[in-house]
Amino acid sequence: MTMQRRTLLGATIAGPAILAAGGARAQARGPIRIGMAGPLTGANATFGAQMREGASQAVTDINAAGGVLGQQIVLETGDDACDPRQAVSVANQLSGRQVRVVIGHYCSGSSIPASKVYLEEGVLQISPASTNPAYTDQGGWNTFRTCGRDDQQGAIAGKYIADTYKGKRVAVLHDNSAYGKGLADETKKAMNAAGLNEEIYAAYTPGERDYNAIVSRLKAGNIDVIYVGGYHTEAGLIVRQAKEQGMNVTLIGGDALMTNEFWQISGAAGEGTLMTFSSDPRKRPTAAEVVERFRARNVNPEGFVLYTYAATQIWAEAAKKANSVDPRRVAETMKSSGPWQTVLGPISFDRKGDVTVPDYVFYVWKNGSYAEMS
Amino acid sequence: MAYALQQLINGVALGMIYGLIAVGYTMVYGIIGMINFAHGDIFMIGAFISLISFVLISMGGWGTGPGAILLVLLVSMAVTALYGWSVERVAYRPLRGSFRLAPLISAIGMSIVLQNYVQVAQGARVKPIESLVTGSVELWHGNGFAVSISTMQAMIVIVTLVILAVFTWLVTRTSLGRAMRACEQDRKMAGLLGIDTDRTISITFVIGASLAAVAGTMYLLRYGVIDFYIGFLAGVKAFTAAVLGGIGSLPGAVLGGLLIGLIETFWSAYFSVQYKDVATFAILAITLVFMPTGLLGRAEVEKV
Repeated sequence: MTMQRRTLLGATIAGPAILAAGGARAQARGPIRIGMAGPLTGANATFGAQMREGASQAVTDINAAGGVLGQQIVLETGDDACDPRQAVSVANQLSGRQVRVVIGHYCSGSSIPASKVYLEEGVLQISPASTNPAYTDQGGWNTFRTCGRDDQQGAIAGKYIADTYKGKRVAVLHDNSAYGKGLADETKKAMNAAGLNEEIYAAYTPGERDYNAIVSRLKAGNIDVIYVGGYHTEAGLIVRQAKEQGMNVTLIGGDALMTNEFWQISGAAGEGTLMTFSSDPRKRPTAAEVVERFRARNVNPEGFVLYTYAATQIWAEAAKKANSVDPRRVAETMKSSGPWQTVLGPISFDRKGDVTVPDYVFYVWKNGSYAEMS
Repeated sequence: MAYALQQLINGVALGMIYGLIAVGYTMVYGIIGMINFAHGDIFMIGAFISLISFVLISMGGWGTGPGAILLVLLVSMAVTALYGWSVERVAYRPLRGSFRLAPLISAIGMSIVLQNYVQVAQGARVKPIESLVTGSVELWHGNGFAVSISTMQAMIVIVTLVILAVFTWLVTRTSLGRAMRACEQDRKMAGLLGIDTDRTISITFVIGASLAAVAGTMYLLRYGVIDFYIGFLAGVKAFTAAVLGGIGSLPGAVLGGLLIGLIETFWSAYFSVQYKDVATFAILAITLVFMPTGLLGRAEVEKV
């Protein structure tokens, strides 16, 4: 009820602006709505919060600079809690609100089913975080991502493990999620190709707290290195329980460990944990100004904040260039034009919607904070 | 051998926590024949109250020694008991005497209310706490595998056994326990004989909730991470434990908890970890086919 009233009100206010802007039929009503979807609750809420910070700052900045095609943009947020079923219902909700683009989701397990809804409804989707290859490999015209892919991330991790830990005993674990299993499998493939075979390959159940049984199993197998394809809560618990059982292991993970919450969970046991992520976007010269703006608001633009900001930025730039917010035309422009100047630096997309130059480097946890490995 | 022993220790420590929560399910079922679906969330509340108390105590500079842990445990038991009492008073007592499904639905509603209340009041993010009880003892060294029991694991087992002994004594040897057992057998008759049945039922909920608080505190200390959703999975496992052990039976609940903990651990130890829950629930189903009242449950006698 209030929703409808707000829409009406919005339409009245934006009326004159539409007359001024003219343009495509899609703009016939109200301000331009864009969506942001991610886990605002649940175990991965910390990443949803990062995404929301990035998207809302980007929207504020774009609106301050005059909006898109002379119109202001309004951000609608959806919470999928990283649950595939909830992701589909959020996707339907956002589509129902006539959003032109959805920035999200976070978990690959959410992004992939949601992308099918967006494809049907003709909505563009740009994920700042979903790294499972299947997300863009499905072949829909509407899927993009500003992060890398697990086959790229896994290739780097797998090769590094094979080179650095030659002759050591490695275990590969995953949480059976689209992201976790995808990443673990890609890493395993690259590691095996480089001549190192894992001793143990197993899945664990996410959401539990007691991983002592698996840890004892690793201990019996004299494991030196654990590679975890999964999220930070479980990875933190596994390494904590491994150290409690007196194991001397190195934990290696993917981009999902890129949050201070990992250390809060693992405690000192997380010392020396390695993870792959893009080289710190906060340090790039293109990000300096925006990073200042985040810091002024007391937000640390860590993890996926700037990736979400960039995703929103690219969409706005592409819409301006296409002179339309029609999702298909914007998608076409995003792929054909570019590179797009973003906080992350220049970004171009290939035909699938993947970034053309992903860069993964290793980070290491030391004394409660992480830094790029030298 | 050493490996199996280590997994036995892991399994017992896990099973004890399930058992503690299962006792709450079983007591309530015993006395009013209702599954208290909000019990898992009462456990979650207990964990949160412990977390808050720990933070307050360490802010007050009272340290984090055994004294502090005991204090936190008592505070958590008291406050959680208040929650348990309120839930019964608000959601179940008004429905007593109405049709069977009404309190069940009310319980599911209460579970959702508690979950969302904590989510709103405490935030949806996971809440970590640093390890307070550290250290472990190496028991045995065999075949190049060191069997160790951590102080925390030992503490869980000891605390659970002590608490269970106290409550078993309460139920079997005191007049309150006699009143509870009388209500269990025939509430109307017990009332006619001068037992305040409403009060007895309230006390049952209070006891169940304070046991859940003990489990919550142990869980917090052991794993160091809680969120508003932990009650669901733990609740399902504990409920399963109560059914496996024979719902209504106190020792059955602990036995069921131990068995579930051991099945999960040993399955993870020797077979595919991802089929752990499948194995657990398959064993539950098979057990119930052959022993419909669970391991230690008594067959329901039709009262005439």
